Amino acid sequence: MRGTKILLVCIYILFLMLPIYWLLNMSFKTTNEILGGFSWYPQEFTLDSYKTIFTDPTWYNGYLNSLTYVLMNTVISVSLALPAAYAFSRYRFLGDKHLFFWLLSNRMAPPAVFVLPFVELYSAMQLFDTPLAVALAHCLFNVPLAVWILEGFMSGVPREVDETAYIDGYSFPHFFVKIFMPLIAAGIGVTAFFCFMFSWVEMLLAKNLTSVAAKPIVAVMTRTASTAGYELGLLAAAGALTLIPGVIVIWFVRKHIAKGFALGRV
Amino acid sequence: MITKTVNQKAWLLVLPVLFIVALNAIIPLMTVVNYSVQDTFSPGVFFFEGTKWYREVLSSPRFHSALGRQFLFTAIILLIEIPLGVAVALAMPRKGPWVSVCLVLMALPLLIPWNVVGAMWNIFALPDIGLLGYGLNWLGFDYNYTQQPVAAWATVVLMDVWHWTSLVVLLAYAGLSSIPDAYYQAAKIDGASAFAVFRYIQLPKMKRVLIIALLLRFMDSFMVYTEPFVLTGGGPGNSTTFLSIDLVKAAIGEFNLGIAAAMSILYFLMTLLVCWVFYTVMMRGEDS
Repeated sequence: MRGTKILLVCIYILFLMLPIYWLLNMSFKTTNEILGGFSWYPQEFTLDSYKTIFTDPTWYNGYLNSLTYVLMNTVISVSLALPAAYAFSRYRFLGDKHLFFWLLSNRMAPPAVFVLPFVELYSAMQLFDTPLAVALAHCLFNVPLAVWILEGFMSGVPREVDETAYIDGYSFPHFFVKIFMPLIAAGIGVTAFFCFMFSWVEMLLAKNLTSVAAKPIVAVMTRTASTAGYELGLLAAAGALTLIPGVIVIWFVRKHIAKGFALGRV
Repeated sequence: MITKTVNQKAWLLVLPVLFIVALNAIIPLMTVVNYSVQDTFSPGVFFFEGTKWYREVLSSPRFHSALGRQFLFTAIILLIEIPLGVAVALAMPRKGPWVSVCLVLMALPLLIPWNVVGAMWNIFALPDIGLLGYGLNWLGFDYNYTQQPVAAWATVVLMDVWHWTSLVVLLAYAGLSSIPDAYYQAAKIDGASAFAVFRYIQLPKMKRVLIIALLLRFMDSFMVYTEPFVLTGGGPGNSTTFLSIDLVKAAIGEFNLGIAAAMSILYFLMTLLVCWVFYTVMMRGEDS
């Protein structure tokens, strides 16, 4: 019984790792070797693909652009969602349930529906082809998600904490920053992680809201992908590098990640 | 359950969120509604067309087949991912240093940009140099996802299972780890079978998170775009053209604004309906 369980988990993790291994394998091969045929590991190990990415401005600017809008989006989403989540978790007010549902419905809206109007909207606001446009556009799904997760974590904090602080004479902003935010620090970390993640993995909006100056790495990659087979090594290396931010942020929230995926509601 | 006090000033706290989401949701949605009822022959000149585009979309075989493929895809991946995710979560160690390692490794696919997931599987499944494609052909299967619709479908489904099953695992695991040890000890004393423990202790505790998992997976698979687009480009032929791919094709590829907008509205209404069911179920769980 125990043996079967361990076996199942191992097989599942192996299944997850195989395509990633193959990506890394390709990224260390020369183009000739890739097109030359099948091999389990690189015969002529090379770092050329990585060198190209780190020296060609189109490539490394792609990463910088992506990281810029992802960080902007994370900061905007979390800081706007904090007070709203507090309101939803502590108070009843006119239309609160409808408002919450409306917010959630935006998390469910297919981005494909919004591509064209977004291009028009952000062009009209003169933000087209800037990281800010992508950061704001990603708020469409990240802000509702942030409110949702934070509300879950905040509802786990007893109300008595708030009441005691008010009796002690704390003002709302003072209480919120000094007492309440440290209490839900794990929740804030998890929320930031999710905003980072969903902004980092999204491509459709990021690609269509930018052209040259703010081109994200996901869009730079499609250029290479369209020349299929041609520069597979380069594509693989670029893909492998996009794994790094994910690994870093996930390591920080590893203790809370399961609870976070349950949106703080276990 | 926290008792909430009535306080209309709470609106002030919600206002910033309301503003930013309204900017992103209401203005574009109105643009789409506008397009869906108008036609244009030159820039800036629009004619009111009423429900013409809606009638056209609803009676078009292209929309029907994209919708059919979409439902089939969603049904298949839910039937695989939910049971598999629960099984893996049940098999995971509950304590010890391996928990973090398992969780981090499992969450990894969730953090990869969606077009990289597509590109990764594109390389992985190539019949001549990809491990999956080469392996299948070596085993004697005639496999080439760029030419065979069935192989393309299987690859897209396998990719989605690879990409998203971990979400179900993590959710189910979060539900399981909220069960106190005392429950298991009591079950042991009563001599309960493994199945009885699952049916009467673990399953009820996982109910809430499984509802979240089921509905998140439904929504996200229903709007899937990037991964199959990068992997197969919707092909071979139209065999893996799902709703979002078809929609982007109509809107940006063919610049058929009226059709695309009417499709968007219908698409959005469908997701909204499911979202409403989701919300109602969730809230019922919260009140009890």
